[in-house]
Amino acid sequence: MSQFSLYDEEYHPSPWQRTWREFKASHVAFVGLIVLGVFAFFAIFAPVVAPYDPLQQNIDALLIPPSWELNGTISHLFGTDALGRDVFSRIVYGCRVTFGTSLMLVILAMVLGVSVGTLAGMTSGVRSSIINHLLDALMAIPTLLIAIIIVAILGTGLVNSMWAITLALTPQFIHYTRSFVRSEMKKEYILASRLDGANSWQLFRHSILPNMIEMLVVQGSLALSIAVIDVSALGFLNLGAQPPLPELGAILADGLDVAYLAPWNAALPGLSIFLMVLAINIVGDGLRSALRKRVSH
Amino acid sequence: MIRILGRYSVLFILTLLVLAGMSFALAYMFPGDVLSNLTGITPQNQIQRNVLAEQHKLDAGYLVQFSNYLWQLLSGNWGYSFVSGLPLRKEIGLALPATIELAAYAMLVALLVGVPVGCYAGLRSYTKTDYLINSASMVGYSFPVFWLALVFILIFSLELNIAPLSGRNSLLFNIPDQTGFILIDILLAPDVDRWLAFTDALHHLMLPTLALSVISTASLIRITRRSIIDVLNRPYIAAARSRGLSRRQIFLRHILRNALLPILPLMAIQITSLITNAIIVETLFSWPGIGNWLIQAIYQRDYPALRVGMLAVASLVILLTILIDLFNRLIDPSRDKYERVTI
Repeated sequence: MSQFSLYDEEYHPSPWQRTWREFKASHVAFVGLIVLGVFAFFAIFAPVVAPYDPLQQNIDALLIPPSWELNGTISHLFGTDALGRDVFSRIVYGCRVTFGTSLMLVILAMVLGVSVGTLAGMTSGVRSSIINHLLDALMAIPTLLIAIIIVAILGTGLVNSMWAITLALTPQFIHYTRSFVRSEMKKEYILASRLDGANSWQLFRHSILPNMIEMLVVQGSLALSIAVIDVSALGFLNLGAQPPLPELGAILADGLDVAYLAPWNAALPGLSIFLMVLAINIVGDGLRSALRKRVSH
Repeated sequence: MIRILGRYSVLFILTLLVLAGMSFALAYMFPGDVLSNLTGITPQNQIQRNVLAEQHKLDAGYLVQFSNYLWQLLSGNWGYSFVSGLPLRKEIGLALPATIELAAYAMLVALLVGVPVGCYAGLRSYTKTDYLINSASMVGYSFPVFWLALVFILIFSLELNIAPLSGRNSLLFNIPDQTGFILIDILLAPDVDRWLAFTDALHHLMLPTLALSVISTASLIRITRRSIIDVLNRPYIAAARSRGLSRRQIFLRHILRNALLPILPLMAIQITSLITNAIIVETLFSWPGIGNWLIQAIYQRDYPALRVGMLAVASLVILLTILIDLFNRLIDPSRDKYERVTI
């Protein structure tokens, strides 16, 4: 059942355009994309959006409730914390730190994973099989455990926790790339390019990579949601970003000290992590079903 | 069959060797003295130091040291904790069962709720109920576990006051540690009101299990649903329908069996995320499990504890993963590769 008649149409939509069309058809996915866009906007333009400096303390405005409560003021939209810092500004900067680092480390893990996975997929034999099995088994080590070990070796800090999470995310990219490359290498269009004299790099660059990008985007969206949760979990456990740095998990841990007195200090950062992860998951899911529909039509 | 068993045991032993190697390397990579990282004892004088170095063959090459380290691990000499001074083997022996208990109940809840709900959603795919279940599972799947646990504490412990805040059992009950699994220990304990202690332990278990199982349940629902939808589109379902089988027969014989197969390898992946979540939940509920223990160890820079704790947790996870994989391979010979499913 084809969606469009090949002969009547003025132009043929590219695969990406068709995916986009399917994606747009789902309202939930589109709303998710908008929410994600808002978070990305916060992350990029944090200094413009945030009304205050996230580190600026103000003794005259301690623990002011959010603006929708009776005692709140509009000058502090989400209220202030125990040191008089504006919660809204901290969350906006927190989106920058959490979302930005997560995005960075997913891209890093992707690049690493794709290069190692392609090498593993193009070679074969006993050695690659041993590496495969070991890799699969090592993939089973929990992220937090890797992070704890790395923090023990290098000390706490956002950058060290980023290394840990990158290390934990890379194996799954290696795994998917390897099985993808392996199944693709058996297909005939690769054989055709090979008969034309393409070397391994050309095969990868012109034949395999364009087909792999969709898989990578979907896997990347999954990895991004895991990365956001892990970055904030490490910040929350005080193993990642250290307190003055506005990182959503660390803000939540900070707010926990006064949670009974000022519940918004713990509720709002947690809510923004949740919304961020939800938006990423919805977009990823929408993308996946759009791709699935495009392939099945 | 024997070949498969052989391959998996070789794989398991190889992986354990790699892990032990990593754990050995950690003694060198952690800050501080290699000898005290390895033994957990800070030598008081040169004589004691020489004896310990002799015992761990620190003067010999790395390979001899490593084989000696392996031997020490196997003979149960895992070193001592910096902080408590107790043998690590004993501490882990108490902490690990607590985590296994918590994770097992969470997994059980996830299986009992996730699979039936997922089946229901899959059979009613692309209807209103399906969308409702699907979006609910998406929401559950997106919760950061530490925030979810905090919200649960806020609602159930502080506002409604129906669940205790932390710990495994009320201090009123004197339950000696025998197996490390609290419910079994209660049954074995002498002169305790077993019924009261049991309900109290269940009360303590409720919130951490709930917090852990929400995420596992949500992803299990999504997996089951996807798998059922995939099976429904297969030609053999159409064939079964055209043969005139009843819906019940088709579901039980053809759909359920084929749909549950790809769920098994996923459970292996679930274990990893379950343990990661368990570490966080344990710290929030002061559950005396291995996760809480590891987090305390990192706060206090207890390097010997981290070295052995990492080995213990990783071995446990890998043992479970490989067992599930092996089981999957045995019941489904057509699946010859370690496959992963999408959510």
